[in-house]
Formats: sequence, C-alpha cells, structure tokens
Amino acid sequence: MIQLAWLIPVFPLVGFLITSLGGKKLPKSISGTLASTMVLASFIVSLITFIQFNGQPVTIDLFDWISSGSLSIPFSFMIDQLSLIMLLIITGVGFLIHVYSIGYMHGDEGFSRFFSYLNLFIFFMLLLVMGSNYIVMFTGWEGVGLCSYLLIGFWFKNPEYNKAANKAFIMNRIGDLGFLLGIILIYITFGTTSFNIIFPSAGAFPNNQPVIIAITMLLFIGAMGKSAQIPLYTWLPDAMAGPTPVSALIHAATMVTAGIYMVIRSNVLYSLAPATLSVITVIGAATAIFSAAIAITQTDIKKVLAYSTVSQLGYMFVALGVGAYSTALFHVTTHAFFKALLFLAAGSVIHAMSGEQDIRKMGALKKKLPITYFVFLIGTLAIIGCPPLAGFFSKDEILAKVYVQNKAIFGVLVITTLMTSIYMLRLFFLTFFGSFRGTHDQEHHLHESPKSMTIPLVILAVLSAIGGFMGLPEVFSEHHSFNSFLEPLLTFPSSFIHEEMSHSLEWSLMIASTIVLVIIFFITRKAYTSSKGVPALHENDLSYLAKASYNKFYIDELYNFIIVRPLHIISEVFYKIVDSRMIDGLVNSVNKTVVASSRTLRMVQTGNVGFYIFAMVFGIIAILLFNLVL
Amino acid sequence: MLSLLIFFPLLAALVTAFSGEHAKKVAFAAAIVEFAYSLCLFFRFDPVGGIQFTENFAWITNLGISYHIGMDGIALLLIMLTTFLVPLIILSSFNHKYKSPSLFYSLILTMQFALVGVFSAYDGFLFYIFWELALIPIYLICLMYGGKDRLRITLKFFIYTLTGSLLMLVALIYLWLQTPGTHSFDLQALYALNLSAVEQSWIFWGLFLAFAIKMPVFPFHTWQPDTYVDAPAPGTMLLSGIMLKMGVFGVMRWLLPIVPQGVAEWGNLAMILSVIGVVYASMIAWVQKDFKRLIAYSSIAHVGLISAGVFSLTFQGLHGSVIQMISHGINVVGLFFIADMIEQRTGTRDMDHLGGLRTTAPGFATYFMIIMLASVALPLTNGFVGEFLLINGIYQYSQILAAFAGLTIILGAVYMLNAYMKISLGEAKSVAKHFAALTLTEKAVLVPIVIMIFLIGIYPKPLLEIAGPAVEALKLSIQTATSLK
Repeated sequence: MIQLAWLIPVFPLVGFLITSLGGKKLPKSISGTLASTMVLASFIVSLITFIQFNGQPVTIDLFDWISSGSLSIPFSFMIDQLSLIMLLIITGVGFLIHVYSIGYMHGDEGFSRFFSYLNLFIFFMLLLVMGSNYIVMFTGWEGVGLCSYLLIGFWFKNPEYNKAANKAFIMNRIGDLGFLLGIILIYITFGTTSFNIIFPSAGAFPNNQPVIIAITMLLFIGAMGKSAQIPLYTWLPDAMAGPTPVSALIHAATMVTAGIYMVIRSNVLYSLAPATLSVITVIGAATAIFSAAIAITQTDIKKVLAYSTVSQLGYMFVALGVGAYSTALFHVTTHAFFKALLFLAAGSVIHAMSGEQDIRKMGALKKKLPITYFVFLIGTLAIIGCPPLAGFFSKDEILAKVYVQNKAIFGVLVITTLMTSIYMLRLFFLTFFGSFRGTHDQEHHLHESPKSMTIPLVILAVLSAIGGFMGLPEVFSEHHSFNSFLEPLLTFPSSFIHEEMSHSLEWSLMIASTIVLVIIFFITRKAYTSSKGVPALHENDLSYLAKASYNKFYIDELYNFIIVRPLHIISEVFYKIVDSRMIDGLVNSVNKTVVASSRTLRMVQTGNVGFYIFAMVFGIIAILLFNLVL
Repeated sequence: MLSLLIFFPLLAALVTAFSGEHAKKVAFAAAIVEFAYSLCLFFRFDPVGGIQFTENFAWITNLGISYHIGMDGIALLLIMLTTFLVPLIILSSFNHKYKSPSLFYSLILTMQFALVGVFSAYDGFLFYIFWELALIPIYLICLMYGGKDRLRITLKFFIYTLTGSLLMLVALIYLWLQTPGTHSFDLQALYALNLSAVEQSWIFWGLFLAFAIKMPVFPFHTWQPDTYVDAPAPGTMLLSGIMLKMGVFGVMRWLLPIVPQGVAEWGNLAMILSVIGVVYASMIAWVQKDFKRLIAYSSIAHVGLISAGVFSLTFQGLHGSVIQMISHGINVVGLFFIADMIEQRTGTRDMDHLGGLRTTAPGFATYFMIIMLASVALPLTNGFVGEFLLINGIYQYSQILAAFAGLTIILGAVYMLNAYMKISLGEAKSVAKHFAALTLTEKAVLVPIVIMIFLIGIYPKPLLEIAGPAVEALKLSIQTATSLK
C-alpha cells in the first residue's frame, strides 16, 4: 500500500487539470466539491500510509527525469517520518481550507479558477515534501511559489495586488537562487542530489568544513525567502492581498514552513555546520522580535496575523538553530492548526463585515458572530501559549530547549512571547469587544458564516486545543510521542546539549509564564475594550515609535531606496548610454571609417570586366605563391 | 537520406515562388512534409551510433572540398528544432497579408534549406556556403518586409554579420592551407591539424567573432535588438528561434575541437563576456517599454547563458546548452508570436499602453503565462532542464561566474513578470477592450509550443539521451585534439 503513496499528489493534480481545463463550463457546485474531494482522497491515502508505515523509509521511483553524465535525477518520492507528518498537515489542513473556501469564495466570478489554483498548490506542496532528492523538492518549492504568485494576485484587476504578487515571486526567487546553487554544490560534493545517498555519506565530513558551511548557508538563503526571514520577509505581509483562505493555507500553515521542512530534511548537513546554525539562530530570533514589534501597531486584521506568522517562523528557526529539530516541527504542526484557524476566523469576520479588514472599524462582534468569536478565542489562547492549548506545549518546548543552549536568545524569545500576547489580545479585544465602530450598513449585514465555513473552523479549534498533547513535555510524561517518532531521522550537532531543563525549573517557567499571561490578559482587556484603546485613524496622531512600527520601520522604503531604485537607474544607464551610445556608437564609428575608406577603394571599381579578371587571377596566383613559400 | 532533407525545402521554395496567392498554403504543406520526413530520421537515429546518415562525395577535388554531410545527436536536435519551428512560423504569419507572398514564403523555405545544411555539413567549405546562404533570405525578408527604419537597420545587420562571416572565411582558408597534401576542408582533417599556440589564438578570434556576432554575445550584440524589433514577426522568429543557434553550434563543432589551445587561452574571456551579457541584457530588458525589444534583450541574456555553458567545457554545460538551444528556440518563437498577436490586435507594443488582456482574453493570457513561465525556467517546463544543467556546468568552471549567471533566475522573473503584469493584468485598457479571441490558426501554433514546453520539461530523457553521446564525443575530440597539439 505504501507503494501507492504516489497517488497522494496525483489526486490534486487531476483536480487541477479538470477544474482548469473545464474552466467556466464547470458549474460552481462541482468545481469546489471536486477540488475538496481530491484533497480528501489525498488525506485518506496519507492516513493509510501513515498507519502502515513501519519505521523504514520507502522510496518510490516513478521515472528518470534529468540524466546528464554523472548527474542522475530520478523523479521519485520518499515516505518517511518527516514527510508523513508534513503530508498529514498539508492534506488535512488543506482539505479543511478547501471546504471553507466553498463558502468563502461563493459568489466570486473566479470560483473555479480559485479551486484549480488551490489544487495545484496542494500538488506542488506534496511534491516538495515527498521528493526523494533536492531537485524534486526544488520543483515543489518553485511550484508553490508560482501558486502563491497566482493566488496573491487572484483579483488581478487590482494593480496593488499584482505588485504584491510580483514581489512575492521575485523575493522568493532571490532565495531560490541560493537554494539552486546549494543543490549544485551538493551535487559537486556528493555526486548526487538524492537524500538517501547524501546523508549517510555526510558523516565523513568534520565539523564546520567550509564546503558544508557553504551548502547549508546557500540552502538557508532559500529558506529565508520561502519562510520569510530577515532580510527576505517583506513579501509575506503584502501577500495578504490574496483571498483569506489562501493566507491561511499558503501563507501561514503550509508553504511558509517549507524552509523549516528543508532544514529538518537536511539536518544531517546542518548538524555538521554549527557556524550556519548560529546564523540561523540569530536571524530567527531577530525576525521573531522585529516582526512582533511591527505586529503590535498594525490595524489590518490580516496584517497582524501575517506579522505574527513571520514572528512564529522566527521561533521555529531559533529551534532549528539550537539543533532542536523535532521541536521546530512540533511547532510547525501546532502553528498550522492555530494559525490556519486564526486566519479562517479572520476571514469569517471579514466576510461578516462586508470586506472590512480594519480592526479600528470593528468591535463588539462577539454577539453577532458567536462561533467565530469562540474559535478565535481558542486560536488566540493557543498562539499566546495558554495552557493546555497546542501553542503552549510547542512554544514552551522551544523556550526550554533554547534556555539550555543559549540564554541570550532565550531572553529575546521571552520578550517576543510577551509581545505576542499583547498584540494578539489587542487584536482579539478590538475585534470582538468594545463598541461597534463600523458603518451602519455593515452593522446591518453582520451575520455568522455558513456551515461550510464554521465546521472547518470548529475542527481546527479542536485541533488547536488538543494538538499539543502529541508532544507532552517530560514533566508530564516519559514519552514524547512527537520527538520519538522523528528521532530516527535526526543527527544532532556535536555542541548540542541533550540534557533537559530541570523539572523544577520547567515547572517554574510554566507557572511564571502563565501568571504573566493572565496579567497581560487583564491589562489588554482593560486597554482595548474601551474606546480610548482604539488606535488613532490618522498616523500623525501616533507616537514617534508607534508611527515607525505602524509603517513597518520603513523597510520597504529602505529596500526601494538602496536596491531597487539604484538598480533601475543603472539599468537605464546601461540601456541609454552604455548600449546605445558607447557600444553601438563604437560599432557605428568603425562602420563609418570603413565606409570612408571604401570610398577611396571604390576607385578600383572600374566596371571593367577585364580588370576584375586580372585582379582575380592575380589574387589566386598570390595565394598559390604564398602557399608555396610556406 | 539526409540530402533530401536539405534540398527538399529548396525545391519547395522554387515551387512556392511560382504558386502566387497559394504560396502560404504550399509553403506550409511543404514545411509539414519536411517535418514528417525529419521525424522519420529522428526515429531511425541511434543515439549511440555516432555520426549517421553520412554522405560524402568529392565535390571540388583539386581544392579538397567535398560534399560531406551527416548528423550527430546535437545536429539532429537542431535540425528537428528547425523542421518543427518552420511550419509554426509559416502558420503564425497567416494573419498577415504580405505583399508578393510567393517571394516571402519562398524566402522562408530557402532559409530552412540553408539552416538544415549548416547543421549537417562536415566540410568546412560546405559549412561556409550554407552559413552564407542562410544570411541572404533573412536579409531580404528584413529588408523588404521590415518596419520603417529597415534600410539602415538591415544594412547594419548585414554588414555586421558579413564581417563575422569574412573573418570565419579567412580562418577557414588558413586552416585549409595548413592541411597536409592536396589540402582538405574536411572537419576531421581540420581536427587533426597541428597548430601552434599563436596560430590557435588567431584562428580562435576569427571563428569566435563570427559565431559571437551571430548569437550574439556581449558586446557584439548591438545589431540584434534593432533587427529583431524591425524585422517582420516571422523573420524575428527565424533569427531568434533558429539562426542564433548556428552560432552556438558553430562554436561546438567548428571551434572547440579545432583550436583547443586557443580556447584554453581565450575561453575564460568568452565565458566572462557571456556572463556579463546575461546580467547586462537582463537589466536592460527590465527597463524596456517595447515588448518586442524586451524579448530581444531577454534573448541576449538567455544565449549568454548558453554560450557560457559551452565555454565551460563541462559535460553538463555542453549538454545543457544543447537542451537549452531547443527550449529557447521554442519559447522565444512563442513569445514573439504573443508579441505579434498583441501588436496586430491593439496596434501597439508599448507596454505602458497595454493592460488587462487577462480580462478580455483569458485564453490568450493563459498561453502567454505558460510561455512566460517556461521562459523564466520554472521546473517542469522546458526552460528549467537546460538552465539547471547550464548553471551546474558553469558552477563547475567557476563559482563566481555561476553566481552571476544564476542572477538570470531572479532578473528573468523581474522583467518577465513585470511585462506580464503590464500587458495582461489590471483593468482592461481601451486598446484591450476588443481583443479578439484566438483563431484556430493561432491555436494551432500555440498548442504545439505549449505541448513541447511541458513534454521537454517533464520528460526530457529522449532529448538528453540523443544529445548525451554526441556531447561525450565532442568532449573526446576536444581531448584528443588537445593531446595532439
């Protein structure tokens, strides 16, 4: 049965082909249901594969793809612990989001197109995690980038959305160049790109070998692009231009975690490169706190969640950086539940508010949207790490692991955790409490979303609530099922400290964080349920620091000023001066000289045939003589 | 029989020349027959059988010139590219009314004759003849059917490429003079020459300039954008889709094994120029307003990558360049066809005036997007296979150059996505309002292109297997030549 796992990506591919080729001829009811069914089928096969999996990785060869000399790249899949977990997340969460979209996108003229893109995305995402070599992974990697581009610019009449889509694709491509060069270096070093040959033979390399550092850094550049880390993160908040289910599926739960997946997949290499791991730790921590600092003043409900995603991805990279690979994947999993939940709940709010995304114009939605309110509460509590919800366990585990390895980074993460609680509760209270601040029309239209939307929400809420029990900390149980499942795939860096935090310390950490959480809860409730707490509508009314944060610390403007503009100017100079004047000018002046001298030579063009024949004969004789002399 | 494949288009050109109003149909039918015949050869070709379909007759005995033709895997693929693209190019012109169509289509077929000849020739003189013959029809097409500024532009193109050709002629004659006995132009005789390092440098430059101008490689490219923009669409397609491959092909067969020491001496410079071209032309493409000119510059960038792959002399570099020649040929013809349809329907190529085609012509926009994605080398499209192998080969030569050449991954996306956004997305502008749906003929051009994009992208194995042994043999003859000298 495991040999049939190749069916997993085939279902959504078929779905894509039918919905895209069928186009507008396909009735709406069919395309949405069909696309969802395909993902459900993938989920079921994934589940069966998961159950039948016996701990031994299985490779499924489909066909020879690219063979060139000693380079041989099969199109093949690999089923192992890591890909199985990712498969279940992608198809499970993916299916729920498909179902949700049937309700959410109802009435959009691009309904079928939307589902064809979603199916295509699932297909590529599955390739990404199932590939048994780096090139198949890269194919999925670029493919999800394409789908992200298509879905961010889904409403393509809006020029801003199109720009956001381009930005996402191009920023990802910057990372992809690093990734591709990394893959080539892997091929040159190991003679192959297949995982099952590279990793066993990597053990022969000593720690911090330059070539391994180069490989891991290049791959990490790819991860920075895809998983939105400093300095390549700015595309992700803009990506919120896409329909909200897209933000949930692609820009929160699945695609953006591809970078984490890739590092875990390559953990054998990363563990040999402690230098790279240090870089990852620092970048992860910096991204976590920096984006939290932006999230705290944002007023667009999706933007807050977007920056929070960037921040949470930073957490995961910190976990990777200290060598706690399975912890990072644990957080990927719980994050997939609660972030998908939060985005979909936000979508439900936006749906109810007739498209309004500004939390300054919301408030008091609790009564009108009881289910949405409840699941949003669960999501918020999960992300801020309230026990015993999912985020509590995974975040606590990251903090505990980081504490043992690096105290300074631990401090940064603790502050980030506090900031997370603040901005999430701020978002929550501003949206659901206080008084309604929207227009009268909006108030009139307020309604709870249809069942196709609320049922997935409730399921995700349940997962966000209990998902953490997959990885209970040692304090509670001897057996950490998540970690032990993944253990066979992992190699830890030599510097990795395997000892756990002492139980007493871990208890005090948990209790302390819970107490702080309760305090923040009450402070934010007081601050953001009153009308005074609503952020100013005009940014000039903000304090200096808040204004900087509100404007995302002007990073986009900075990039534009130091990179895009200068390159554009250089390109213009290349075109208008170097190419037209200098190179072509030189060519033309050579040409003129030739023309001028040919005027002189024209005198020999007498038109006298005899003269020509004479010249020809003379020439031939000259050549022959020349030849004789030599 | 290979000769038939070469001369059938010439015969067809003659018939076309006298078929008056029916010229385009006659030409199209002939091109299809030619393609079918080439398919027969394709299936009879044995990838590991070395040079095949050889014909070798003495032609001008006392000068050592023979009619020696044949094909290896590389030539086969380029011939297939030619026979595949020519019918599409003819079909793509059905929307246009060219004055004296019999002449126009006759010129295209003459061009095909010369192109197939260039790829088949195993005799230096024969190669030169075909090389020059290819220039004449395209020159006439540009001169008679081009845009407003065609006189000046075509003259420049002609002089520029002719200069290159003459340098090649001088180099070939010099080589001929070095051959022992009664002299010979035969490729094997040229490979066997024992030239000094200084001679090799001179010959290198003579041949390299000819090929570099044809491709074109930076900084010998300034004839290209004007010519591409000014030529009628089928002319541009012939130039960019097939003719520039003559340059790359020339380097592979007529340069590398003949003067290996010259390549060792100057190849590094050729690599650097090629890679400069990749970045430089990509950046210029980014600031273009005219979509056709943008494609012209993007072609310089792509061919720069191909040329860098060739001069890397690595297996993957050479292998990738063969695959990328095929892919680039298909994609660039697709892009120029897209540009031509836009210009025909809206009367403009200025991207600032375009917009919203995806709203008014979703089918058109989809084809456009697929070809664009192939052009930016998305995996599972044909562009990726070649580009990956090329960057891989360049990386084995120099990491720094690979990093620069790799910028094509980013810059290609920048200019192509930008162009796609300006042309297809946004609200439909006035010129796009009445954008007619695709006709059957247009679909008949686009569908084969799209099929090839995915076929080569998903299952490149047949192409790789045909090119592989030929690349192996090429590397071997470079090695033997080096050890000989």
